[in-house]
Amino acid sequence: MADAISLSRVSVTLPGSTRPILREVDLTIDEGELALVVGRTGSGKSTLLGAICARVPHFTGGTLTGHVRLHGRDTRDHRPRDLADLVGVVGQDPLAGFVTDTVEEELAYGMEQLGLPAATMRKRVEETLDLLGIAELRDVPLRELSGGQQQRVAIGSVLTAHPRVILLDEPTSALDPTGAEEVLATITRLVHDLAVTVVVAEHRVERVLHYADTVVHVSPSGEVRSGLPSDLMVDSDIAPPVVELGRYAGWSPLPLSVRDARRAASGLRTRLTATLSPGQDRPIGQSSHTPAGQDRPVGQSSPPPDDVVLAARDVVVRYPGDVLAVAGVDLDLHVGQVTAVMGRNGCGKSSLLWALQGSGILTSGTVRASRRFAGARAPATAAAAGSRARPSTGSGAAGRAVERSGGNTASDLVEPRKLAAGERRSLVGLVPQTAADLLYLDTVGAECDQADRESGVPSDTCARLLETVAPGIPAEQHPRDLSEGQKLALVLAVQLTADPPVLLLDEPTRGLDPTAKAALSTVLRELAARGRSVVVSTHDVEFVAEVADRVVVMAGGEVVADGPTAEVVVSSPAFAPQVSKVTAPGPWLTVDDVRHALAGVAS
Amino acid sequence: MSATLPRAVHPAAWWGWAVGMAVAVSTTNNPLLLFLALAVVALVVANRRGSSPWARAFRLYLWLGLFIVVVRVVLHVLVGLKFGDIVLFSLPEVTLPSWAAGIQLGGTVYLEGLIGAAVLGLRLAVIIACIGAANALANPKRLLRSLPSALHEIGSAVVVSVSVAPQLAESVQRVRRARQLRGDTTRGIRSVPSVALPVLEDTLERSLLLAAAMDSRGYGRAGAAPRSHRLLTGAVTLTGLLASALGIYGVLDTSTPALMGTPALLLGLSLSALGLWLGGRHVVRSSYRPDPWLGAEWLTLGCGVVAAAALVTVSRTSPESLAMPLTPLAFPPLPLAAVVGLLVGALPAYLTPEPPRPASRMPQRGAREEVGARG
Repeated sequence: MADAISLSRVSVTLPGSTRPILREVDLTIDEGELALVVGRTGSGKSTLLGAICARVPHFTGGTLTGHVRLHGRDTRDHRPRDLADLVGVVGQDPLAGFVTDTVEEELAYGMEQLGLPAATMRKRVEETLDLLGIAELRDVPLRELSGGQQQRVAIGSVLTAHPRVILLDEPTSALDPTGAEEVLATITRLVHDLAVTVVVAEHRVERVLHYADTVVHVSPSGEVRSGLPSDLMVDSDIAPPVVELGRYAGWSPLPLSVRDARRAASGLRTRLTATLSPGQDRPIGQSSHTPAGQDRPVGQSSPPPDDVVLAARDVVVRYPGDVLAVAGVDLDLHVGQVTAVMGRNGCGKSSLLWALQGSGILTSGTVRASRRFAGARAPATAAAAGSRARPSTGSGAAGRAVERSGGNTASDLVEPRKLAAGERRSLVGLVPQTAADLLYLDTVGAECDQADRESGVPSDTCARLLETVAPGIPAEQHPRDLSEGQKLALVLAVQLTADPPVLLLDEPTRGLDPTAKAALSTVLRELAARGRSVVVSTHDVEFVAEVADRVVVMAGGEVVADGPTAEVVVSSPAFAPQVSKVTAPGPWLTVDDVRHALAGVAS
Repeated sequence: MSATLPRAVHPAAWWGWAVGMAVAVSTTNNPLLLFLALAVVALVVANRRGSSPWARAFRLYLWLGLFIVVVRVVLHVLVGLKFGDIVLFSLPEVTLPSWAAGIQLGGTVYLEGLIGAAVLGLRLAVIIACIGAANALANPKRLLRSLPSALHEIGSAVVVSVSVAPQLAESVQRVRRARQLRGDTTRGIRSVPSVALPVLEDTLERSLLLAAAMDSRGYGRAGAAPRSHRLLTGAVTLTGLLASALGIYGVLDTSTPALMGTPALLLGLSLSALGLWLGGRHVVRSSYRPDPWLGAEWLTLGCGVVAAAALVTVSRTSPESLAMPLTPLAFPPLPLAAVVGLLVGALPAYLTPEPPRPASRMPQRGAREEVGARG
């Protein structure tokens, strides 16, 4: 087989850096392979992809030593535009790469640049529309497409030039599970039907691993290893839950897909089932509270129960142009609970969060927040409420008492949207989807000081919070130079400075690597343990399995499911985490759950 | 291509027609003819515009026209030179020094003067409506696509910058809303640093992403033009531009020798055209579904030319029939040739192919909502 991509002794040093980000890389990818590139954030995954398509160093600057060859063409003598007929590049945000404004013109753009005859272009556009299943979208403005459709158009737009190599940099990170499946199905189809060589960089390894022929692992020190997925996954620092389960259970070869793991897991399932006491369908100690408010009539006006910190009734959000984003949602947020809001792109998650916070549009309905939990910085011990009980035993719904005496009285309840912005954020905090919008000063330290002043708290509060959330960020660093995870941590610290009893996070896991995600999940669990109520909107089912007590699933602006995580996610294949698919019908969601269940028996 | 099949008429044809109508309108201040021309333009727009956002902008041009008429009349009352016999009302007059002889502050307002001002305003308003019609009928992006291929890269840059503008507005809104989350509700000039910096960063980042994407898709792939050829193209274009500059100077300044006027301008223009053609010959680039130039385009352009020619001819032969009689005030005449000329301008409304109607499709709630939520 011919080498499609070959890198020999390639080292890359980016401008303004003394340390090479890639070191002496030797890598060969054969024609028709699907190669998955994995690695921590900042490890040089994107640089590797950039080097393959000649953007590094022609576009980014920096120094590249060694040779990168694509089907024999050396990137030394070929700029990205000279490789346009050979390599197609698809980025993370499809909208950012679109040049024209309708689907058909976008598909033709690359071919126009290559100067293909008009008849060929007509034929290829039609073929590509059919191949990707987007023929009915041909005249639609690109901005009106859903995320999955946009990403498919972006793939199509490079495909029309008939490239022999396609590079995709985190193509599914902005997509809901269904949109991601559409895109991945398209990618595998390209590999199998057209024998295109595909290189995909992806954080969410669990989505792609079982399709990959080769895994390329980029380590933070810049070394690159490649090999068969099952070989590389043995000690990779990035691994999907099935692989971790396989490592824990000592299976060999390691399972790469749910199917593999399921076939290997019959013994494990028997052992796990034995840990359940008779008649019990959930692990010992799993909290089983039903969220209050489920059984009460809608729209009643009596004060909500004591542990409700924010009560939304009949929330409707309608945008100009008669777009109904949220259609009558009732939601009670309880102290000490992490709630995950899930649903496909555009189902109203963001709109709901903004409406709950009070800064966004609220067409009708009421959102009332309780003032009882605000103000005094709650010491860690004050909140007996809702420590997550899954691993330990004992504290369940009964343990969720609130220490302060007295229930919510009418005077405690305020509508956040009627307050001044400063007071509002001390009741309900929101970390928006593009968190960096909140940052505008030139050092991390200045942002922290500004946050202290904004909240009227002693200086150093924000800096200390940042230190606990993400240790070791130098105060003099520019916020723009932080990694995605660090930026999120900084914004989180800024919002936590006001110590709001309710914290809403809109898609915080976007662009985070597994380590950053684990750190975020620890922070959120700690907040909940301190009696704060946390709401996270996300597409990441594995993250939800780790962090959430309760899951709310939205569709078309309405709540279609609301309940404890285990019940909601297990009942739907689209939202079930991998471990749950392997151990079904058991109630274990994460590798930790399995570990604790079995450890409990052993001890 | 059959004239009955729906398709978009070439944007250059619509512009040609609109300029023709504007030329026709500029020769007259007869309100009957002006209203006729306005009706013709509105009819064509109503019958042949597409469903794009800019097609809906025609009414904005009409409002702008109305605004111009009102401003013209108000200015006449306040500072215009008043004339006529029929007194409408009197304002206190301020006596001005003799060097301000062209201005009359206040004073008695006569019906004739007022009608004269309104008619002049109306003429400008109808000319603007003609330009608005071209904008509504011709997709500006498609017009840029039909630029000569030597200018293609500039065209792409313009298209991109046009699409960036709404994104910029969106990011400003998004950042402003995000500022509220930090309890910062400062408005006006003091909020500029906190809004501008994230927006600027966002815009720069997007521009870089777009530039990288365009690069990887082959934008700016140099054609295989030999060096001598490139030099020749450059020399021809440069000489052409110089000659054009000289020619324009010669045309405008009557004291220069005759050779420097029109002949130099013509030479310069043809050299520039030659340079563009030479430069485009080696550009390896093609156009996807280029707009054809067929009978309908000739017809559209021809109708505009006929309207302009008719009015210009009438203005040469009987200029008084195109004017609004003010002293003494009378009902304006209706010259037959001018009316027929303008009516010919309405033919594209029926004789050109219909614009394609996009398949009806409910707006994707997802995408719209996402934008709304961020914006």
